[in-house]
Amino acid sequence: MPKDIEPERGIGASSKRREDVRFLTGTGRYTDDINLRRQTHVFFLRSDVAHGRLTGVDTSAAEDMPGVLKIFTGADFAEIGGMPCGWQITDKHGQPMQEPKHPVLAHEKVRHVGEPIAAVVAETLAQARDAAEAIVVDIDELPAVVNMKDAVKEGAPKVHDDLTSNLCYDWGFVEENKAAVNKAFEEAAHVTTLELVNNRLVANPMEPRVAIGDYNRADGEHTLYTTSQNPHVIRLLMGAFVLGIPEHKLRVVAPDVGGGFGTKIFHYQEEAFCTFAAKAVGRPVKWTSSRSEAFMSDAHGRDHVTKIELALDADNNFTALRTDTYANMGAYLSTFAPSVPTWLHGTLMAGNYKTPLIYVNVKAVFTNTVPVDAYRGAGRPEATYQLERLIDKAAHELKVDPIKLRRQNFVTEFPYATPVAVEYDTGDYNATMDKLEEIADHAGFEARRKESEAKGKLRGFGVNCYIEACGIAPSNLVGQLGARAGLYESATVRVNATGGLVVMTGSHSHGQGHETSFAQVVADMIGIDENMVEIVHGDTSKVPMGMGTYGSRSLAVGGSAMVRATEKVIAKAKKIASHLLEASEGDIELKDGAFSVAGTDKSVAWGDVTLAAYVPHNYPLEEIEPGLEETAFYDPSNFTYPAGAYACEVELDPETGHVSIERFTAADDFGNVVNPMIVTGQVHGGLAQGIGQALLENCAYDEDGQLLSASYMDYAMPRASDLPFYDVDHSCQTPCTHNPLGVKGCGEAGAIGSPPAVVNAVLDAMRSGGKDVGHIDMPVSPARVWEAMNG
Amino acid sequence: MYDFEIERPGSVADAVKALGQEEAQALSGGQTLIPTLKARLAMPSVLVSLAGIDEMKGVEMRDGALWIGGGTTHATVMREAADAYPGLASLAARIGDPAVRNRGTIGGSLANNDPSACYPAAVLASGATVQTDRREIAADDYFDGMFATALEEGEIVTGVRFPIPQAAHYEKFIQPASRFPLVAAFVARFEGGVRVAITGASNDGVFRWSEAEAALNDRFAAGALDGLTLDGGDMISDLHGSGAYRAHLCGVMTRRAVQAIG
Repeated sequence: MPKDIEPERGIGASSKRREDVRFLTGTGRYTDDINLRRQTHVFFLRSDVAHGRLTGVDTSAAEDMPGVLKIFTGADFAEIGGMPCGWQITDKHGQPMQEPKHPVLAHEKVRHVGEPIAAVVAETLAQARDAAEAIVVDIDELPAVVNMKDAVKEGAPKVHDDLTSNLCYDWGFVEENKAAVNKAFEEAAHVTTLELVNNRLVANPMEPRVAIGDYNRADGEHTLYTTSQNPHVIRLLMGAFVLGIPEHKLRVVAPDVGGGFGTKIFHYQEEAFCTFAAKAVGRPVKWTSSRSEAFMSDAHGRDHVTKIELALDADNNFTALRTDTYANMGAYLSTFAPSVPTWLHGTLMAGNYKTPLIYVNVKAVFTNTVPVDAYRGAGRPEATYQLERLIDKAAHELKVDPIKLRRQNFVTEFPYATPVAVEYDTGDYNATMDKLEEIADHAGFEARRKESEAKGKLRGFGVNCYIEACGIAPSNLVGQLGARAGLYESATVRVNATGGLVVMTGSHSHGQGHETSFAQVVADMIGIDENMVEIVHGDTSKVPMGMGTYGSRSLAVGGSAMVRATEKVIAKAKKIASHLLEASEGDIELKDGAFSVAGTDKSVAWGDVTLAAYVPHNYPLEEIEPGLEETAFYDPSNFTYPAGAYACEVELDPETGHVSIERFTAADDFGNVVNPMIVTGQVHGGLAQGIGQALLENCAYDEDGQLLSASYMDYAMPRASDLPFYDVDHSCQTPCTHNPLGVKGCGEAGAIGSPPAVVNAVLDAMRSGGKDVGHIDMPVSPARVWEAMNG
Repeated sequence: MYDFEIERPGSVADAVKALGQEEAQALSGGQTLIPTLKARLAMPSVLVSLAGIDEMKGVEMRDGALWIGGGTTHATVMREAADAYPGLASLAARIGDPAVRNRGTIGGSLANNDPSACYPAAVLASGATVQTDRREIAADDYFDGMFATALEEGEIVTGVRFPIPQAAHYEKFIQPASRFPLVAAFVARFEGGVRVAITGASNDGVFRWSEAEAALNDRFAAGALDGLTLDGGDMISDLHGSGAYRAHLCGVMTRRAVQAIG
């Protein structure tokens, strides 16, 4: 049922984001704000060719340049572990994926433009840069492979000489269903086929990546300050697999981080380098990425080429779905890259529909491009885009209303086990579609179309549904799927003597507002003011081993750990209260920050109990220890499944091909909502990125592997004037059935759910102008629209 | 950036002298030059800032034409040319963003002659005269292809004289990333005839579309342009649009500019 009334505080209240005070007043503390005593600077000399044999790196002249402390090349790292990959995919023949070595600095070969070849550590950045220009690099250029289908052809140049081909894996899902799927296609009354490209993107967080390595010779402790979404993951990967530093001698700090969008999940060479070099030069080493470096060194997103087919029976029921996708890995396997086109993509191919038979094939391919990994949505936007474009195409081929065709095939009974290995616990897709049609004023569209036509413009209306698997993830399940890590989350709730709380969470906030919403949850459970709860994250020396923030998991998994730890705290506090109140523990109730004895007027305040815990003069010492601090690790039993329906209304200028988004409506089911304002903001940001992908953003390479869109002069980010005022609704709530908060996650929905609606709307507008082109690839730029309309 | 010296002359004469030094480079707003220096794509030994030269600043009527000092920022033109030459002020108001408009200057833009810059279209369509420290150059003789002009080494654009048309309009279609013109048309209607200049489109930089001018001189109406086409083979072709698309947009932008004038 829709929920319309907001409480004033606690869970469900739109508390103002406390972190914004520092973010908006310039008092945040980002990694680049940290400057250590005797700090040095590193400049990375990066490859300007996409593929070549590295025959010489002569640093002799550079070493004599002013301020230079030490210059490193690939040879310095030859004996050190490479960058690890955190997920192993098993292919359709039962074989493990091909996994190339990924050196910290290029060794013997360069494999993409931007790959670091040498690193100059100097007193100042300008000196390091000057010296880097004096390094003489000899590269025998090799033909580059950029196009994935070319890369897997016989005789194509190999990105990695020691692999059998550029094919990382050929994954079939579910392989056992393949024959049945093919049979359903043979028997289908109608088959709709679509070929499309999911365009490569650059994440472009506002804050570029930064790393500072520090080493204390006295105690042998390394510290890395870095722009990470998951400092513990970096500590584990870098310590255990790259540099061989035990975790108790390695601290990783990720302070305020200015946006991540996935690209700050991964362990990067620059982090390992700064940590390594700090010990080698005996002084802290700092690297701050320039925006130009970010374009060619941050992991990119998306980049799938897909053929997808839908089989329908004579009554327009979906009977089978078949996909064939090429997924670009880039030149190396970034940390979680193999999982994105497989388990984060194939498992979502059922969408919101009860298609009984599904087969997904994914060929992951190495090319001479920047590595590709998770970007806001990660696999799920690719799945949603294919499916929702395909259903729209089917509806037009069959001349049925696209919303009606969707509704007819919705999953309506829960739990629902899909044919692609996941079980949706709960949902109500008709409810979000009803809400969408209402607030998007679908009924009024024809009148608006006439208004546009009177101005010489074409107007289009497009919808799509989406579902995502969030709350990542049940560790035992992902372990079976190839994850080399657990995906639980941790929290420690430390209660101070005077009643205030510090919550140390393994989740990491880099824009999501955890400091506010997490405090709301804990305060609500105890019945105290939110300002009594402080949230601490981002420092492995303070927080228990946690897995960080991505996959819309923080509240669903991190929040659940926090709830469990708070429950333990409350349980112990009740024991103390029962002692103070001389009542039996079972009669103690906690409400509004006070413990009372049921059925009496006897009570003791929260602060009196917490003080007793630390000043245990009158305390049941024989039964319980003093102090009030509890830790919990929460491992979810299932994913969560946020879902919804989105609508986009565009106006298209047929003379120029320009598309403007006039209305965008999002009806989401996120389960329970802790802070509606923050959730709305998360959806707004996701929509900006989804619309950015659909209309503007395009990371393009030429055939030699040169990055064509290497700056904001050519890479179009969405700006306020490109976007409409959104209508966002999350009043349809079917709470998650298996986590204590009943929450599902909201961070990626906007980016997942918006691109198909935009493209569907553009095609609808073109059709109203008499041009049915079937499909147009993203970004739907004016030039592409004009060419499609005049082709 | 590489190391450089900076000089801040107070007069045109001193600026010319400073620019006579080896590897000297004029700085007038720096909206292109500073990013170029930051990317280490240029290595001047001396930067000569023109920002402190009062005689190169201002917007005023002189002998029936609008004079704009070469060191005048876009923001100043936007405000101070609004009454005298609204079509030009409107162009200035749509260059870049407020930060760009408060730093960038008309002289800097003309000296750089980016093929996608806005001002060259206004100067060429207005039949303006570019004034330098040593001569006056008619707009038709000034622009010399992409990033090339008639300016000699060390020559400074001190001002521009704009004859004021009866009506003018600048119609711009932006490149989605840079927001420079993908194609833009400046149409100026004078008593003596119509001038049409196109920026953003051609491999040769800003140009006059003489066929469109002839058609509009015959009949000043959007319909007069029907059937006129430009050759896409001479146009810029890149990520953001083919030559054919740009050639098409030249017609659309010109027609819309004419419609805006009415």
